[in-house]
Amino acid sequence: MSWEVVIGLEIHAQLTTNTKIFSGSSIAYGAEPNTQACPIDVGMPGMLPVLNEAVIGKSVMLGLALNAEIGRKSVFDRKNYFYPDLPKGYQTSQFNYPIVGKGTLEIEVDGVKKTIGVTRAHLEEDAGKSIHGAVPGQTGIDLNRAGTPLLEIVSEPDLSSAKEAVAYARKMHELVQYLGICDGNMQEGSFRVDSNVSVRRPGEPLGTRAELKNINSFRFIEKAIEFEIERQIELLESGGQVVQETRLYDSENDVTRSMRTKEEANDYRYFPCPDLLPVVITEETIEAISASMPELPDAKRARYVADFGLSDYDAGVLTGSRDMAEFFESVVEKTGGKDIKLCANWMITGFSGALNKDGLSVKDAPVTADMMAGMLNRISDNTISGKIAKQVFDAMWNGEGSADEIIESKGLKQITDTGAIEALVDEVLANNPSQVEAYKGGQEKMLGYFVGQIMKASGGQANPGQVNQILKAKLSD
Amino acid sequence: MHNLTIKQMSEKLHAGEITSVQLTQHYLDRISKYDAELNAYVTVTPELAIAMAEEADKMLASGEAGLLTGIPVAHKDIFCTDGVKTSCSSKMLDNFIAPYDAHVVTQLKKAGMPILGKTNMDEFAMGSSSESSYYGPTKNPWDHKAVPGGSSGGAAAVIAAGLAPMATGTDTGGSIRQPASFCGITGIKPTYGSVSRFGIVAYASSFDQAGPMTRSAEDSAWMLNAMAGFDERDSTSLQREAVDYAADLGQSLKGLKVGVPAEYFGEGLDADVEAVVRNAIAEVEKLGAEVVEVHLPNKDLAVPSYYVLAPAEASSNLSRFDGVRFGYRCENPKDLQDLYKRSRSEGFGAEVKRRIMVGAYALSAGYYDAYYLKAQKLRRMVRDDFTKAFESCDVIMGPVAPTPAFNIGEKTDDPTSMYLADLYTIPVNLAGLPGISVPAGFVNDRPVGLHIVGPYFSETKLLNIAHQYQQVTDWHTRMPAQYQ
Amino acid sequence: MSLGKTEVEYISRLAAIAVEENEVDQVAAKLSNILDLFKQMEAADTEGVDPMAHPLDQVQRLRADVVTEVDQHEKLQSIAPSAENGLYLVPQVIE
Repeated sequence: MSWEVVIGLEIHAQLTTNTKIFSGSSIAYGAEPNTQACPIDVGMPGMLPVLNEAVIGKSVMLGLALNAEIGRKSVFDRKNYFYPDLPKGYQTSQFNYPIVGKGTLEIEVDGVKKTIGVTRAHLEEDAGKSIHGAVPGQTGIDLNRAGTPLLEIVSEPDLSSAKEAVAYARKMHELVQYLGICDGNMQEGSFRVDSNVSVRRPGEPLGTRAELKNINSFRFIEKAIEFEIERQIELLESGGQVVQETRLYDSENDVTRSMRTKEEANDYRYFPCPDLLPVVITEETIEAISASMPELPDAKRARYVADFGLSDYDAGVLTGSRDMAEFFESVVEKTGGKDIKLCANWMITGFSGALNKDGLSVKDAPVTADMMAGMLNRISDNTISGKIAKQVFDAMWNGEGSADEIIESKGLKQITDTGAIEALVDEVLANNPSQVEAYKGGQEKMLGYFVGQIMKASGGQANPGQVNQILKAKLSD
Repeated sequence: MHNLTIKQMSEKLHAGEITSVQLTQHYLDRISKYDAELNAYVTVTPELAIAMAEEADKMLASGEAGLLTGIPVAHKDIFCTDGVKTSCSSKMLDNFIAPYDAHVVTQLKKAGMPILGKTNMDEFAMGSSSESSYYGPTKNPWDHKAVPGGSSGGAAAVIAAGLAPMATGTDTGGSIRQPASFCGITGIKPTYGSVSRFGIVAYASSFDQAGPMTRSAEDSAWMLNAMAGFDERDSTSLQREAVDYAADLGQSLKGLKVGVPAEYFGEGLDADVEAVVRNAIAEVEKLGAEVVEVHLPNKDLAVPSYYVLAPAEASSNLSRFDGVRFGYRCENPKDLQDLYKRSRSEGFGAEVKRRIMVGAYALSAGYYDAYYLKAQKLRRMVRDDFTKAFESCDVIMGPVAPTPAFNIGEKTDDPTSMYLADLYTIPVNLAGLPGISVPAGFVNDRPVGLHIVGPYFSETKLLNIAHQYQQVTDWHTRMPAQYQ
Repeated sequence: MSLGKTEVEYISRLAAIAVEENEVDQVAAKLSNILDLFKQMEAADTEGVDPMAHPLDQVQRLRADVVTEVDQHEKLQSIAPSAENGLYLVPQVIE
């Protein structure tokens, strides 16, 4: 008999604000310990929270992108427990009235589309960090991260394979970055995925789940879930029982392990935070945020295919990130939309390839959209050929200037003067009498040889169309 | 000098008849003389006080002075004061020196008021007698055998004994009004949200409200002008236009409708206290007010509701006292749990521990609905009672407490009997309304206050009623013989 | 309502407050008295009444997303029971 896999994901997306959710401390990554922890973050006596306005717009934006209900009146609660990285002894979170309610996200796995339910997304503050080993026998507490704004996005248990889970996580990852609400940096913990995995026989009630935490790459998430599914099935088939627990993934050995902490049942005693008042979101606010929403990836892809005539694959590559898509659209605009396919090809092979080679992101690329468009315009107006363009692009990438400057300084301008080309043709034909003989004897493939020789003699700068035309005319004399 | 009203002090300071240094020194001398016995101050700050008085004298000389410039003040030891210990009368914070000022402290510093010191209180403001202080009980200046009330007992005592002309207090379930009543002074708890809670060590956040404790209503109005106002650092601070709390002093009481709730004069109220309160109401009637009967049918539900909700909030508010970042840490903790449990067990006193535990229990799985949620519903019912009552009257009058000050040690073994004595003040905190205690007489030589409660934002009216009453009575000017 | 040893131990854990073996009975008795007071609420009819969390029907005010705080960890840690290298220290937590 077969097994059915049930997976739900909890994703913590750190919001791209300047300051913490309840204080004016910076959330910049990598600061010295506790240098970004003000008395409010440290939970000192008499300190009070005031909500950061930026978190509202960002949360609502995600809600709209997920076609979710927006919590018109959301409430902050306190989740009470003691831990050294939790300075106030409670985490301020949203329990009964989250800012984002039920919504959906569509994923695609092996060409099959599936709609995944999003249960809710709520705002909460992050905890600090425990640092082990810095001082012998002691644990050090750094509260720089305490109070960093998080949006916890909870999915329905609608995912039925590791592949689907990762497709959902990737899609959410892409979405939050498109919306500009999260930088998506998994290494720095800006986007954290916790997976609740269980298995059951079809038709049976839900099985006991294990939670996989602290996995910071999609590849490992997939492997961890796959391992966990196997582990649970083997356990159940051999008559064992799954224990509800948190498990960590060991990527070296490709296994999940129990955290083995003596976890007592938690009793968090949630209650509405009396220091904060209900957050009310008006229709006008929602409308304003809706109007400021960027085009979402799915819509963009569809538009590239329909309006630009690009293939699904090309559209996918060009919308791989919001930065890439914006770069591409800027190039299209600056070239007057004359040859969108040319733009797309150069973006995918030239630009994207160079980024990958140097391991750079779009924002760090040495070639700007202006430079790229400048070069493509020179191809379109026959100043340079596609081949020469490769040379120009490489020079731009190396910081040697704009396309025009490089064409000028390197003398790469295409030769379109008929007289000059005729001279080149004559020279090549004169130097290759036996080949001319062969051509005239019926070996028409010699034409390519002559073109190659002529282009070579011109340093690649002769206009290939003109070369062909003149060559054929001369040979038929 | 300590018998002057604030208005008189201000006039003399502005006229150059006295200096702030002289006035401040006068109070410091009285503190040295009397406080060893009274135990009303946790910390006295003579050097700071004189330095601030010198600054105030400069302000007075340069013409930059306001009405309160140069008049010293004592802060309840729950207001954080930059560089001066803020203990909340707890061993937990016996070593705590805040690196910031509470908003109220900032405001009164700006007004040019020298700080005499920090006053004793019930530990973390949890109590009605000031006996739960780590530093020992404060005595009632009228009778050293009696408690001064609480939790702002030290503040009430210093005003009654003339050891400060003005004092700050906080009122979560009656902690300004009840000690004001027990010590024969005037104390007002403003509408919730009027005075910023920033820098006040939280007991129960949705109830806590700071207010002035002074001899007269006029003094209180002046001081409230300096304390109140919007503060962006407190999410519950009300964004309203600035109010002049002294604006209505001098209005006639003709036509004022005074509601007297039958439920406030029932079983449990000391007959002599009732007589004092009824006399005071009769006096207000003579000033032109009209008495109407009103009803507050859910009065008896207020005490249990409050003693669920306030400890629930407290259990969470006091979790930050864990021995990690500030405050008391136990010796040689063997592990993290030991650090938490012993630091908190050794650092908190019995009543504080009791309320934290009760609060945690009321919020715990299985009891949340029956206790916490039920209490929140009752809170609304109590508030609605007031809303309805104010449809037929302008203010409500009654007793502050069922008895005059009780003896030190009388109720310490029976916490619930102490809780029940808060029955008249607690409903006002549940609703978030303003209430004032005005000296109205004596029972067995111990003072008794009149309680006046108004609708939201009726402080100016309450202060004027008290002021008019104080124009025709002298209870508020009396001082215990040995402190005169 | 009368609390037993199990409940007192549970509350002690939730509140992170040690209750010594010899204090349990006394603590249980005092807490039970307070719970008796709570019992008075039972009879009240609260059907259809909304819970009230704040005295005034205000909504949350928002703060501009601007950095206003500066580093003051040395000052804050000068009053900490145990701090070193900018870190607050607690007995080792094994993870």
